Amino acid sequence: MREPLQAKTLRAAVLTIAALALCAPIAAGLWHSAGAAMGHLPALGKAGPSIGPLTELLAKPGFATALRLTLVTGFAATILSLVLGVALAAAITQGPARIISRLLAPFLAMPHAAMAVGLAFVLAPSGWVARTLAPILGWARPPDLATVNDAFGAALILGLVVKETPFLLLVILAALTQIPLRAQINAAQSLGYGLGAIWAKVIVPQLWPLIRLPVYVVLIYNLSVIDMALILGPSNPPTAAVLIARMYSSPDLAQILPASAGAILLGLCAAASIAALSGGARAFARVGPVWVRRGWRGGGRGGGRGGGLNTLIAAVAMLGAGLLLLGAGSMLSLGLWSLAWRWPWPMLLPESLSFTAWAGALQDFGPALQNTATIALASTAISLAMAVAWLETQFKSRHEALIYLPLLIPQISFLFGMNTLLLQLGAQGSIGAVIWAHVLFVFPYMMIALTGPWRALDPRFGQAAASLGAGRLRQLCAVKLPMLLTPICAAVAIGVAVSVAQYLPTLFLGAGRIGTLTTEAVTLASSSDRRITGVVTSLQAVLPFAAYLLAFIIPKLAHRNRSALQGATG
Amino acid sequence: MKRLIAAAAFAASLATPAFADWQATLDAARGQTVYWNAWGGDARTNDFIAWTSTQLEAAYGIKIAQVKLTDTAEAVSRVVSEKAAGQDAGGSVDMIWINGPNFLAMKEQGLLHGPFVADLPNSKYLDLSPTSPNSVDFTTPVEGLESPWRLAKFVFTYDSARVAAPPTSMGDMAAWAAANPGRLTHPNPSDFMGATFLKQALIELAPDAAALQAPVTDAAFETATAPLWAWYDSLRPNLWRGGAAFPENQSVQDQLLNDGEIDVSVSFDPASAAAGIAQGLLPETTRVFVPKGGSLGNVSFVAIPFNAAHIEGAKVVANFLLDPATQAHMQNIEVLGSYSVLDPAKLNDAAKAAFAALPSAPALPKLEDLGPTLAEPHATWMTRLAEEWAKRYTN
Repeated sequence: MREPLQAKTLRAAVLTIAALALCAPIAAGLWHSAGAAMGHLPALGKAGPSIGPLTELLAKPGFATALRLTLVTGFAATILSLVLGVALAAAITQGPARIISRLLAPFLAMPHAAMAVGLAFVLAPSGWVARTLAPILGWARPPDLATVNDAFGAALILGLVVKETPFLLLVILAALTQIPLRAQINAAQSLGYGLGAIWAKVIVPQLWPLIRLPVYVVLIYNLSVIDMALILGPSNPPTAAVLIARMYSSPDLAQILPASAGAILLGLCAAASIAALSGGARAFARVGPVWVRRGWRGGGRGGGRGGGLNTLIAAVAMLGAGLLLLGAGSMLSLGLWSLAWRWPWPMLLPESLSFTAWAGALQDFGPALQNTATIALASTAISLAMAVAWLETQFKSRHEALIYLPLLIPQISFLFGMNTLLLQLGAQGSIGAVIWAHVLFVFPYMMIALTGPWRALDPRFGQAAASLGAGRLRQLCAVKLPMLLTPICAAVAIGVAVSVAQYLPTLFLGAGRIGTLTTEAVTLASSSDRRITGVVTSLQAVLPFAAYLLAFIIPKLAHRNRSALQGATG
Repeated sequence: MKRLIAAAAFAASLATPAFADWQATLDAARGQTVYWNAWGGDARTNDFIAWTSTQLEAAYGIKIAQVKLTDTAEAVSRVVSEKAAGQDAGGSVDMIWINGPNFLAMKEQGLLHGPFVADLPNSKYLDLSPTSPNSVDFTTPVEGLESPWRLAKFVFTYDSARVAAPPTSMGDMAAWAAANPGRLTHPNPSDFMGATFLKQALIELAPDAAALQAPVTDAAFETATAPLWAWYDSLRPNLWRGGAAFPENQSVQDQLLNDGEIDVSVSFDPASAAAGIAQGLLPETTRVFVPKGGSLGNVSFVAIPFNAAHIEGAKVVANFLLDPATQAHMQNIEVLGSYSVLDPAKLNDAAKAAFAALPSAPALPKLEDLGPTLAEPHATWMTRLAEEWAKRYTN
């Protein structure tokens, strides 16, 4: 089919914008960071190249341990979240999956730092679990046990899993709509396969290419997370990302050099980790067919060998459900803290209640709330327009890696350098700069949410419209957008949630002047007053909650007389 | 004759109507918004800064926007990035709450505006003699590059309901921890308060405390810290979590005290126990103790970066912070409870009465209970101590 000139122009324009707005600044940021990593920082009168910063970094006490901690917690959390996500998907697609996926909204809306603060309270030696056990075990004082900030990073892994499993589960449920799941399960079951075997042999191999990218994103996030690692992770040494952030904020300015070396090293580790994960998946793909050919069906019902995998799926799904309950408990505890005045050990509920924290917050955080809403709505609107333009131009998938770049490189690796670039342009500290920085991260997440449903839409709808004389724009506005309203609303909700949660980009590019609820929350988390943290995080969750609620209601109202669209998409 | 002319010129410069200069500053400052970069982890300080803004807006048409930092070094590195980018005017940081190593770093890199302190009319209430804590910041000469605003003194807080007799000295802490294992800790020394805990012990245990006033050398460090590490090695196994984990900062440690996980916390503000009780953050029975030999003290300053966009506004804020009425308001335990930096001998009767009339609280220590104030070691010691601690005790 000959391509019309108009489409070519659009494609060139979209690609140019993506390259200029998304990739160039990240490349420049990496370039500046790499320069500092090589000992080149004219502001401090340092000229490179030199390997001094790297050797200084490697000589930092505990750096090797920190790096090992980063890799162990990052991989463990990613793989656990993935396994739990698949098992939960397998379990709930048997039942009312749509209702359960709605319950995930609070987990997605809750910022990482807030979840960590709540979880730390539940798990700590003086926390809810210990307070429940105290009367039974006769503890007068909290036990001196490292149930959070443990040296192995177990609490950090747990926190990441509680936060990432719902995200992956949602991604998996969305991807499953592109696979004829019901038909394949029915066919395989009629051939005597058990549910566990069907998922392992039939579904997961089809699923992996669809969810690979989000899994990489989760892996990179886990490897470079700072706020959660500060609250739940080991402290001496902490993970590599925290160590690097500490160096960046050291009063000794020369520490920027080894910090940059660390930032670049972390970036390289992230790249190697993605390679390792995709290599592992490829190895599975090699071995898998042999296993499939051996013909084990895991029927289970008649006894035999297969029951094990079914039981395993059920057990893992139960474990996942338990972790989600733990997350729900964390959110509940923060809500309670926001209303508490005094809540000492060993009381299960606050000793006294007060609205002081709320009253203070409503007057203190008004501007922050306004900034948060403005930035979230603007960056989501821009990202949505870009996503629709991108999807309509139908790029090859090799181009697609471009837009996910901001999510596949640790933030700390390029933000310092990007900051320098913006200062040279004189654009730092404006709300525009912050909105643009948010678009860097909101756009790819919205693409993750929209790509599947967009590609899954039957192209014959568009062709039918074209045969009736509709141009491209009219096809888009009159046919595609209304039919895709459900996933678009879901993507907007995700976009708002992602924007609201951004911390480092807001801080760096806003020069600290653009205060959002998240920058307030992280600053206050350093003061660790759980009552104010409870208030700010409740406020923080309000916007994404509202977005998720609207994403649920709007399609319902718009499609109230379109029964095939109620549940067919999304 | 020449000397006479010089003397006359000097006298004339004194007679220059400073008042007129200040009026020019006030005029230029009107309508400015001062971006004050200040650690934002303390809600009462944030409230005090907001109060300052409303006062200044009413009196001089100046607003303060507090840029809340999690660490003062954030503001320093912001100024560094601006310098790196060649932005020599119109910078984003107008004023920083600063002292110690951050001040030293900015002074050495030539990142500060000034000297300006002598231009402030209210500096007449300050003791600015060369050895005064207002003139030397962690032994680094201030040279008018930063203006004092509140006093800090290192104290311990403890829950008197659980602890009958807190340790009386740093040396005593090892024995106390052995008798109460897991009930004592200190913030991570990469944090300011954690490093201060080590400095407090160093001053008490070092063979010659005077050596700490000079910049650190390898030999001096070796000699001065040998007893410190011996003491710490005996203390550490009995710390909270066996000395393998440390709270990230003071407020996290306060929370542990409130949760009952430990019995002792640290603070750089003698009023913080009373303030914490008033806020519901600490048990009602929290009290303050100070090692019997006294404790470290220093002054918190505000400094203006060389490229600040609103230099005049920042000066008016710095001057307002030194107003006796402002300082009395700040020292009020119901407001901030931070001790004043003004020299009582230089105050007039009305100002003295304002200070005398301030309310008291059971957890608020009397000035005489706080013991002598020990001088901060040279700033290089703190960095070196934190580094050496990390080398020795990081797994």
